[in-house]
This record gives sequence, structure tokens and C-alpha cells, in this order.
Amino acid sequence: MTAGRLPAVPVLVAAAVLLAGSIGLQVRRDRAFHTDRPAEHVLYVQSPEVVRRLALSFDAIVADVYYIRALQVFGAAQKKTRQAKDYELLYPLLDMATGLDPQFNMAYRFGAIFLTEPKPAGPGRPDLAEKLLLKGLKANPKKWEYVQDIGFAHFWGSRDYRTAASWFQKASEMPGAAWFLKPLAATTLAQGGQRSAARMLFKVLAESGEVEWMRKDAERRLRQLDAMDAMDALRRVAATHRSRGGPAPVTWDGLVRAGYLRGIPADPDGFVFVLDPWTGDVRMAADSTLLPLPDEPPPEHQAVPGS
Amino acid sequence: MSLGVSAGTVGRIAANVFKESVRDKVLYSVVLFAILLISASYILGELSAGQEIKIVKDLGLAAISLFGHFIAIFIGIGLVSKEMERRSIYALLAKPMSRTELVLGKFVGLLATLTVNVLVMSAALFIVLAISDAVTDPFFKKAWEAPAVDPALLTATGLILVQLGVVTAIAIFFSTFTSPVLAAAFTVGLVIVGHFGADLKNFEQIVDSKPLAWMARGLYYILPNLASFDVKLQVVHGQPVTAGYVAMTTGYGALYVATLLTLASLFFSRRDFK
Repeated sequence: MTAGRLPAVPVLVAAAVLLAGSIGLQVRRDRAFHTDRPAEHVLYVQSPEVVRRLALSFDAIVADVYYIRALQVFGAAQKKTRQAKDYELLYPLLDMATGLDPQFNMAYRFGAIFLTEPKPAGPGRPDLAEKLLLKGLKANPKKWEYVQDIGFAHFWGSRDYRTAASWFQKASEMPGAAWFLKPLAATTLAQGGQRSAARMLFKVLAESGEVEWMRKDAERRLRQLDAMDAMDALRRVAATHRSRGGPAPVTWDGLVRAGYLRGIPADPDGFVFVLDPWTGDVRMAADSTLLPLPDEPPPEHQAVPGS
Repeated sequence: MSLGVSAGTVGRIAANVFKESVRDKVLYSVVLFAILLISASYILGELSAGQEIKIVKDLGLAAISLFGHFIAIFIGIGLVSKEMERRSIYALLAKPMSRTELVLGKFVGLLATLTVNVLVMSAALFIVLAISDAVTDPFFKKAWEAPAVDPALLTATGLILVQLGVVTAIAIFFSTFTSPVLAAAFTVGLVIVGHFGADLKNFEQIVDSKPLAWMARGLYYILPNLASFDVKLQVVHGQPVTAGYVAMTTGYGALYVATLLTLASLFFSRRDFK
């Protein structure tokens, strides 16, 4: 029987027109009333054990979801420049991912790097990084990488170079550990807090990073150290220029004309350094992709050579 | 009523169930799976910071299991109840076949559908993993816990198939003596409880009452232990799953299926279709 059948084309056209109308109305309403709220990260269930039971046999894929959420929390906070960065959910998400999948290597390793990152660029929670890695070590006692990363958390996060060196040493004594851990432990003990020690740490991470992100992150940190070295050298150039009676205000062009520089200096990412014409101080360009630079510890926190 | 079981009759019923499931477009789930996996592998490359191989494996195995569960539960329940709703059961039972053969044939037919489903989905998973493997820098492969195209994945998919066999048998068992809605509720409930085996087994660690602990231990042995078929995490992390474990778990699954189908045949043989 076909008498009751609706004609397909006119009905589809009518449906499309109605849908377009509803979309148009929604757009106008949103513009007029600003009903949308900023998206917030919410963690409804906080216990990995409860989620593991709720996930039935899908715990691995649920762990992946929590891991990706952790990456998004970190990434979203990193993108914020002026607003307050919210890392509150970072550790609970990583705890959940590793609770559901105790062998989730990268969740421990990335998680530790993210949590260690000092403020304002990161949450500055090396204590939580250590807690996460110790949990990983309990599930995977042969992972010397986690012991190395605890050393990293103490080095980069809490600037406790003596403890960092002892963890690097401990990692170097584990079966299958990388060759660079012994010299890294020695350098950290002798030169901790100095750029040379940080350079060595990031050089080995750039060469040994298990995934591309880790290597790129370490390479970026090396470029930051290069930029800091370059700024120190440029400050010295400006000071020399002034001490030799060079004309004020001092400019890059003036320094090039005077033969101190071969060209306008830029950081390793290509952003021209900013020179204060009256004091000779050198800063990073405000839009440089290498900002924010890591803080350097005051001299009293630096390891004493030979200690 | 004949009590004997003819392999030929069971095979013919199974072939009909398979054809019907193809007609019902059950295998469309394979296409959906392939689309899901291919799009996921592209998106995850951007989102997972170098973990796409692990996540594609997790997602692939989870999807094979999830699609399989849907087919096993909802088609499994319909196998017997649909015949009753359509009243075609009368015509079927008038033919020279026993009710046991009908139950077995329905089970084997759906298991064949599930086998094809799992095999094609596994092939799609391997293809996506092979492509990801080919485009990955060899340096980063050194950090992988297991190769992308890992034959061990077949251990996981094989045990998923055995698990789906148990779920199908549960669905058929309930559908032989109750309504489709109740059968669906009971099957889903039992499948969920089946994943709590470890909790039931170790109940005495959280309660002081000995009888309660014994009861929980008894339930652990009587209810299907579906968690034991799940080796996805071990396989994805490159941890060994021994042949002995696979053989014993498969044997457990086969015996549990046999128990359920025996009971299903019993209940179905006593059902009055007036």
C-alpha cells in the first residue's frame, strides 16, 4: 500500500529547512544571551579501583581516555598566558590512568615531566611527580627510567641536587640502565644548579627520549639554555661597549657598526633579542616561543664543586 | 521427541542462523569498526603524544569485545524468542529435529557469525597497525613494549571469541525460559557480575562472616568468570600469556558453554508452546 507514504524529497527538504531554522535561532540566541559557560574539567569518580570495576574488561581503553584527558589538561593550561593555569586535575587523572593500567609507561613518564615543570610554566609539583613514579616503580620494579625521572623531579622541580644525584646514581646501578646516568650523577653532585649540569641532563634526554615529544621537549629546553647563554654574552658585549665610551643609547645597529656583532642577534627560535638602550640589559622578545625561561636558582642553592 | 543430536541438522540450522544474521546486516558492525579504528588512529596521532600504537591496540581490542558483546547478547536472545514471536517455532518443531538440535544449531550459527566478525575486525586492526608501523620513525619503535603488528594480539582476540561464546550461551539459556526483556536483563546482569570474579573469590578478606565468604566463594565457581578471558592489557604491554593459561581458559569456557546449553536444552524441551 502506497497511499500513506510520504514523498521523500519534499520531506527531506522540509526537514533540512527546519534544522537550518533551529541552528539559526540557536546562533542568534547565543549571541544575544551569552548562555555558554567556559568548559571545565570535571573528574566525577576519583578512585581508580571504583573505575576499574565500572570499566569491566575495558580498563585499558578507559586508562587511555584518562591519559588523553591529562595531556589535554596540561596542554590547555600551557596555552593560557594571562589567566590562572589550572593543574588541579592533572595528578588525579594520571593516578586514574596508571591505576587502571599499572604498566602504562608513558603515563608515568610524561606525568612526571608535567608535574615537575616549575611555576609559572607548569604546576611545580615535583612531590606528586615522585609519588606517581614510586607508584610506577612498585608495579614495575625493573624500570630504571622511573628512578632516573625521580632524579629529574628533584633536579628540575625542587632544585635538590644532592637528592637528584643520589637517584641518578641509584638508577645507574639498576640492570640495563643507560650509560649516561653515572656521569650525570657526578655532574649533578658537582655542578647542580649550574647551566652546564642542566645542559647535560637535557642533552641525554634529547638523545634518549623514548618518544618524539620527550626529545622535542628536551631540545626546546636546550634552546632555552642557549638563549640564556646568548643573553649573558650580549650583556657583556653591551657593557664592554659602554665601558669603552661607546655612544648612548646603545642599539643593536650601533653594536654591529662598531664591530662587536656580525648581525642583529636572535634567540635559537629566530626572535630578535630586546636590548635596553640605557642599561644595556638584554631580554627575550615578548612573543618568543621559548618563553617562559626557567628560573635559575640563587647561588646559595647551587652545588658546591667537590661536595 | 528425539533425544539424539545429528551434526548435519545442527549444521543446517547454524547455516540458516548465519545467513539470517548476514541478512540482518549484523556484519555492518565490521564496517563501523573499520571506520572507527582508521579515524581514531588519525586523531590519536595528534592527541596521544606518541602513544597511538598502544591506544589503537587498546581501542581495537575493546571495540572487538564490545561489538561482539552487543551481537552475542541481543542477537542471542532473539534467536529463540523471535521464532516464538513469529510463531515459526511451530513449523520448526514439526520438522524432524529435536529441540536440543535447535538450541545447538542456533548457538553454533551465532558463534560462526561472531567468529567471522572477530576475524575481519582483527584483520582490520592488523592493517591499521601495519600502516602506523610503516610511518613511524625506527628510533621510536625501540621504546615500544611490543611490536605494532604483534601476533600475540591473536591470543587476546581468540580469548575474546571464547568469552563471546560464553555470553552467547548465557543469552540463549535465558531466552529458552523467559521473555526477551527479562532475558536481556538477566544476561547483561550476569555478564557484569562475571567481571567481578576476583572480588567474589577474595570476599573473605573484607568480611568476617565465614558463611558469607563461603557463599561468595561458591558464587565465584558457579557464575561465569568472564574476567579470566581478558588478557588485553598483558598482550598490549608485551607480557607473556602462556599457552597453558590459554588452553585452560578455553577449556573452562567450552565446559561452561556446554553446561549452559545442556540446561537450555532441558528448559526448552519442557517448554509448552500451546
